[in-house]
Amino acid sequence: MKILVAVKRVIDYNVQIRVKEDNTGVVTDNVKMSTNPPDDNAIEEAVKIKEAGKATEVVAVSIGEEKAQETVRKALAVGADRGILVKTDGVIEPLAVSKLLQKIVEKEKPDLVFMGKQAIDDDCNQTGQMLSALLNWPQATFASKIEIKDGKLEVTREIDEGLETIEINVPAIVTCDLRLNEPRYASLPNIMKAKKKPIEQLNASDLGVDITPRIEQVKVEEPPKRKAGIKVSSVAELVQKLKNEAKVI
Amino acid sequence: MSVLLIAEHNNKELKPFTLNACTAASQIDNDVHAVIIGHNCDEASKALSELPLIKKVIQVEATHYENFVAENFAPVIVKLAENYSHIISSANTFGKNLMPRIAAALDTSQISDIIKVIAPDTFLRPIYAGNAFATVKSKDAKKCVTIRPTSFDPSESSGGSAPIEKADPGEEFAKTKFIKREEVKSDRPELGTARVVVSGGRGMQSGDNFKLITSLADKLNAAIGASRAAVDAGYISNDHQVGQTGKVVVPDLYIAVGISGAIQHLAGMKESKVIVAINKDGEAPIFSVADYGLEADLFEAVPQFLEELNKLNTIQK
Repeated sequence: MKILVAVKRVIDYNVQIRVKEDNTGVVTDNVKMSTNPPDDNAIEEAVKIKEAGKATEVVAVSIGEEKAQETVRKALAVGADRGILVKTDGVIEPLAVSKLLQKIVEKEKPDLVFMGKQAIDDDCNQTGQMLSALLNWPQATFASKIEIKDGKLEVTREIDEGLETIEINVPAIVTCDLRLNEPRYASLPNIMKAKKKPIEQLNASDLGVDITPRIEQVKVEEPPKRKAGIKVSSVAELVQKLKNEAKVI
Repeated sequence: MSVLLIAEHNNKELKPFTLNACTAASQIDNDVHAVIIGHNCDEASKALSELPLIKKVIQVEATHYENFVAENFAPVIVKLAENYSHIISSANTFGKNLMPRIAAALDTSQISDIIKVIAPDTFLRPIYAGNAFATVKSKDAKKCVTIRPTSFDPSESSGGSAPIEKADPGEEFAKTKFIKREEVKSDRPELGTARVVVSGGRGMQSGDNFKLITSLADKLNAAIGASRAAVDAGYISNDHQVGQTGKVVVPDLYIAVGISGAIQHLAGMKESKVIVAINKDGEAPIFSVADYGLEADLFEAVPQFLEELNKLNTIQK
């Protein structure tokens, strides 16, 4: 079985986001970038499946600017066998990403495609489901447990009401929740080894997909600030304020 | 052109967020139709027809719609879509799972999780876990939009009598099978819709100490929340997690106990109407969003809080 894992390069989750003064976006210059956190879970799961002898190859793919190569390289350092970088410039929407991934899937013919359930930059939560629709494959979104059983997957999904379990045929798309596993850190020897693993570079424009944005970003602003609150000196004062001032108890 | 609202239900009743999505749909266009896909869902369908904002209900039934599998639902909506300018659903796990499948089939760039309708083609949505707000304008002819339920008031749920039309079901998608759903049963209000939420963080120090949170929540008829740190430490199960990777809550009162206020937690609760923080570290970031901050040891403050609430009840009696 072959697993393709899609990884995205995003602003690190520990970075305080700053909106650009001209309201065209958020500041990304000289800001620490990392792999989108649930994409780390996706890589980890694929590597675990390979280590358990149930997969033969794990291929990491990223779509983005040249520097997204670092994100692919990190996936290689934690166990992916080889990488693919599809180079694009500027904003690329989930619909376009899923069309590019469809091309990669047609070329690579994986049995499974894993990715994070959502990217922490645009918070869209669309790409996996869109790719699944384009390929007419089953989808298991928000996965917190994956079991492989005779060419099928049993997946536990995190839903608002609790947990849902579904069974899907392979080939399939799985989008991963943070609770799926605990991603490992890359060891230094593995980081060194990863430098020798191949990364194929492609240009999005060569894949025959229209990736022109369909959504105009009119402006990006700071969210309204909460008014500064007060510190109370005792529990008694707190309860009085909640009762008489805020009137919530 | 009209707006098509996708109803969320359990075949018997409408799920509450359908009402919030209905309000958002009506802000885009007055002519709101709703589609309900299910199995033996007449009761839910009738409830839907009673929403005064809805002009027509389209009911689609088959056994393979009983468990809301997106692969079965999407083609039904794609087929109906030719008559509509917008397809709307909630941005909860139901809508998040389903809508992108529809959007891709319609070759539309979906707009997720909007918090405001600015114009029929222009919407406000949070990005970076609510650390920035983007105004976005769709250039697609058909728009697929999911709405953040807590940003729209629920619509009226009675008084209407929209006609219910039946439409033919589509084929079953045989490669996905529903097995089971384990719903977390509780006498408490649901975390996503509770009026009061009491949350504990790493400061609780153990799962056992979460009893303090439970007692406070009992007293206030509140849902119980937790920070990711508390969940990761194993103090409480992950369905209680509030934050970017858990649930986004907007209660009237949010009480954060022993929570430092990491960015990812704040993203899930900072729109709450009144926020209380109890933390012994006066520099904790949670105080920057709290209306009322109490710098104190929670193991002393929470029992006192209970005592004060008891006193209040005595006075009220």
